[in-house]
Amino acid sequence: MSFALRKQGDVVVVDVEGQLIVGNRQELKQKVLDELERGEKKFLIDFSQTGYIDSSGLGVLVSLSKKIREQGGELRLANLNDDLKTLFELTKLDTLFQIADTRERALESF
Amino acid sequence: MTSPDRSRGLPLGSLHLALELEIPSDIRYIERVVEMVARQCEQLAYSTRQVSLNVPVALTEALSNAILRGNREHVSKRVQVRCDVNRERLVLEVVDEGTGFDLTECLVDATSPENLVREDGRGLFLMARLMDRVERFANHGNVVRLTMRRHD
Repeated sequence: MSFALRKQGDVVVVDVEGQLIVGNRQELKQKVLDELERGEKKFLIDFSQTGYIDSSGLGVLVSLSKKIREQGGELRLANLNDDLKTLFELTKLDTLFQIADTRERALESF
Repeated sequence: MTSPDRSRGLPLGSLHLALELEIPSDIRYIERVVEMVARQCEQLAYSTRQVSLNVPVALTEALSNAILRGNREHVSKRVQVRCDVNRERLVLEVVDEGTGFDLTECLVDATSPENLVREDGRGLFLMARLMDRVERFANHGNVVRLTMRRHD
């Protein structure tokens, strides 16, 4: 499991490589908060390499969404596979997040 | 994916697998345990969705609860995992050394407007949605039992 952060224009793109679960979600949270503290406002988390997320991973996404919004920023999620889409639907978190099918659509939506 | 390919000509119907393991109260063990159990389900032709979502997420939740809440990550406490699987159903039991909890009290609706924005509180909710049955009882420790019928 690892997280790769890169800048695409004025958007910080985070690629989650592996599952987002209890063992690694703090790392993701810290990395994004560090960027937020540096003044970054636009964030895209790309899940194309993620198989599943547990409740603590979902919790971190909720937490980041709040903190980013509090700083006047925006968060998008992209490339959720069918399993991840199911998780977001079951928990109704698909109503809380802006989710795009592709990275390109997500970047366009900022 | 057809059963004959998986079974190499042997009927899967009578195959039954029982796995028993014990891990320390360390969340780093979770993924490996999940992988082992999911692989057994895959061998018995459980659906792709069950193998890639239902089992991994529900078992991850049960294991992290056992480690973080039941055993409070005490280095001396152990978590036992029992997996019993055949072509009809999977039964998982996760046992911690804690005092247990009230399942009905903890099975809140994580999708209600006030709970939706919470950072926590989705673990048991997801277990109940992804498994056919979730039970909790005491038996030489705190046991959480998950049952799931096989789908094609």
